[in-house]
Amino acid sequence: MAHFTKATSLHDWLNQRLAVDTLRRVLATEYWIPKNINFLWAMGMVLAITFAILLVSGIFLLMYYQPNVDLAFDSVNYTIMQEVGYGWLWRHVHGVAASVVFLIIYIHMFTGIYYGSYKKGREMIWISGMLLFVAFSAEAFSGYMLPWGQMSYWAGMVITNLFSGGSLHADGLVEWIRGDYVPAQAFLNRFFMLHVLLIPVAIMGLIGLHFGALRIPHVNNQDGEELDFEAEAAKYKSGDKAGSKVIAFVNDFMSKDMMVVSIYLIFFFYLVFFHFDFAMDPVNFDPADGLKTPAHIYPEWYFLWSYEILRPFSTNVGLMAFAFAQVIFMLLPFLDRSPNAVPASRRGLFKFWFWAMLVDMIVLTAMGKVPPSGIFSTIGLYAALTFIGLWILLPIITMFEKKA
Amino acid sequence: MKELFILAVVTTFTLVTYYLVEPFAHSHMHKHHESEKFVYEDLPALTKQGDVARGKDLVMGAGACVGCHAIKVEGMAAPMDAVTSASAYGVNPPDLSDAGSVFDAKFLAALIKNPAHALMLEHKYNDKTGKTFPMPPFYGAGGDLDQEIADMVAYLQSIAPKGEELTPKMAFETACGRCHAVHYQYEKDGERHPAWTQIGEHPTFKHKQDELAYETQVLDYQDSLVKYLGKLPPDLSMYIRSRGEHFLSTFAENPQNYLKGTAMPRVGLNAEAAEKVIEHLADVGDSKRHERDAVGKNVMIYIIIFAIFALLWKKQVWKELH
Amino acid sequence: MKDNSRRGFMGKAFGAVAGVGAVASLYAMKRSWDPLPSVKAAGFTTIDMSGYKDNELVTEKWRGKPIFVLKQSAEMLAKAKTNPKDLERLIQVGDSHFMVCVGLCTHLGCIPGYRPDTQDFLCACHGGMYDFTAEVTKAPPPRGLDIPPFKIDGNKLVLGEEGPEYKKMLESGTTLKV
Repeated sequence: MAHFTKATSLHDWLNQRLAVDTLRRVLATEYWIPKNINFLWAMGMVLAITFAILLVSGIFLLMYYQPNVDLAFDSVNYTIMQEVGYGWLWRHVHGVAASVVFLIIYIHMFTGIYYGSYKKGREMIWISGMLLFVAFSAEAFSGYMLPWGQMSYWAGMVITNLFSGGSLHADGLVEWIRGDYVPAQAFLNRFFMLHVLLIPVAIMGLIGLHFGALRIPHVNNQDGEELDFEAEAAKYKSGDKAGSKVIAFVNDFMSKDMMVVSIYLIFFFYLVFFHFDFAMDPVNFDPADGLKTPAHIYPEWYFLWSYEILRPFSTNVGLMAFAFAQVIFMLLPFLDRSPNAVPASRRGLFKFWFWAMLVDMIVLTAMGKVPPSGIFSTIGLYAALTFIGLWILLPIITMFEKKA
Repeated sequence: MKELFILAVVTTFTLVTYYLVEPFAHSHMHKHHESEKFVYEDLPALTKQGDVARGKDLVMGAGACVGCHAIKVEGMAAPMDAVTSASAYGVNPPDLSDAGSVFDAKFLAALIKNPAHALMLEHKYNDKTGKTFPMPPFYGAGGDLDQEIADMVAYLQSIAPKGEELTPKMAFETACGRCHAVHYQYEKDGERHPAWTQIGEHPTFKHKQDELAYETQVLDYQDSLVKYLGKLPPDLSMYIRSRGEHFLSTFAENPQNYLKGTAMPRVGLNAEAAEKVIEHLADVGDSKRHERDAVGKNVMIYIIIFAIFALLWKKQVWKELH
Repeated sequence: MKDNSRRGFMGKAFGAVAGVGAVASLYAMKRSWDPLPSVKAAGFTTIDMSGYKDNELVTEKWRGKPIFVLKQSAEMLAKAKTNPKDLERLIQVGDSHFMVCVGLCTHLGCIPGYRPDTQDFLCACHGGMYDFTAEVTKAPPPRGLDIPPFKIDGNKLVLGEEGPEYKKMLESGTTLKV
């Protein structure tokens, strides 16, 4: 039995039982972050806030949503959007946040790639981050099923068909996933379960892992400089805050984060109230009809690059390319053969690789949306080939990179 | 400054992606048609001044209009109930009480003279197909045909509600309600409105049997519509969000532009009635739009104040860190 | 430190602004819990008591709750007239008098059973009893069965609307608001 003394205050009482002071030091006031960072370092906090926004808005949607094929569409577009007090607000917030979160994820991801924050001890941060990307993708897909509009139904149909594996004709597997021959009640209910319980729990666990993986290697900085955190922390604590190369998470990093978050929220809320069609596609305001495919179906924007890698090739080749694309980012720390953890601008050929990859993903995204014909098909094919080519090139160009 | 450069780069790539994925892609997926502002260029202009009294005689008499059409405001009931009418003609002929202010005068005149032509349905009703449109053309009562038609139009205009008397709901019911259902209930000006079926507003029933009998009637009517049109016209509850104002307006103006060969007739709305129909669809499918705009404005003001305070806090904290 | 209080102030100010946003969000959340307009609109029921028989309990429904309607026979009415507490609970519609109450025991909400022979209600859950006007006669229920808001409309009763007779009952304490 540990030794407990009579508490001198509420603070002391809690401290003896929960070590709140130690927690506060370790997680907040003495969690050291490099000072040499820019606003891109705030994207993690922006993601945490957006995830919280999704959770809270989701809670209120969950109060009224009906996961039944005959009731789902009206429970969203009538009950929630037009009857529930501020129901429309939660729906708009949830839909816009679900789309914008991927913009921030991509910025966050590419920031990591640019600054080499996936190497030299930070591999687990990268891997847990990529797992979060997969989890968020599954969460977004399952969520999109729920309004049971035309896009919900046909996206469900097409994506589950992927699992037939082309020439493998694994139709049994597809039916097992759906729980029926086509996306119907069983399908809707199980994706509801995934969206509301299983995947959010997995995401929260992965966030814990992601934060944990960050602790020991520490946050990176704009120059990739390896800091002596002990020494810099000592400087800070002795009073030389201006001279120290580190800042404390609370209040230093937090206040800069909050500033970036607040500017993000201006942009976010503008979209929620005044410009939301990109996040709530009009096609999904038609109730699901299993006997009529819309003239144009496409996934949400954040899946388009991936969708376009699938499209230009024959079925089996396309599926292989698609599978490759899902997994390849995960392997970045191991495909990049250079030990240099510095910004891409100082990494010779890797600089070109980075910008080529970014531009290629945007081209793939654009081509994924337009109807696959004529010049667009051709551009899409070359962009898909470029994507594969760039990954094959990566180990080669980084192997010969000069030590920075 | 470096941070501003980074922000510019991120913003540029984001906006380029947005542009390509939204405006650019959508322009390649959907044809854009400009509104012709409901002038109906293809129809002949009205040349005669109509006489209301003569028009009334014609409508009630030689025109034989009331043989199929009710005119509630003048005490003329429908000759048959809606379901029986639909099984006879394919659809329930509209009550003409509001027609004078819902439909364009040129259009009404053209319709009386040659319904299939005015409604742009000649691809379905012509010598080759051998099908005749359920409403017969008016061949005249012995006098100047154009004068007689002008008289009838003048009469219809005289009995129709003027200005604000024509509510969005009335415009919708006359222009669209005999083919399209709108199953969402809605509230407007403190009054609750029940679901709209092709045979009228859905009443509340105490006994299940009465409710089922009513619903059977609706289904029978819808069966007639399917036989007449080829498929059931869609429920319009969410069309304001799935199609948007511009599409709905230009579609009603000329459905053939968007869906060549469709069985949907050109509606023949005048510009004011078209706006009211759109407003009705917005009342049913996007009823919280005013609240959304008002709350949005307040939230934007708040979030800018929030950002200013966040900036000030950051400046204070970082004063001793730089 | 010289700037400590100022920095503390700005942080608190920002916190206060954030707090305003949090309160506004809480208000929106509260409104989302409110009963829906369609639920509130369905809160009116019209009952037509023309075919009802003396001393025969009829159960209607209003806002999801059972509503007891007991037509008073001449003998029951005479008995009621001898007890003002009983008489003020009855409603006159046309030439007849009715007891109209929410059929939920005011103790803990079970539905009491009516016994036409003894002209009283017995609640099986904890033994509470009411007389033929639903005035409480045996504990544990704290008061008689509640009377729903009503308005007399010719030969019918509209439950959910507050007519003058109902308002009088509220004022005299015959019933609490349901």
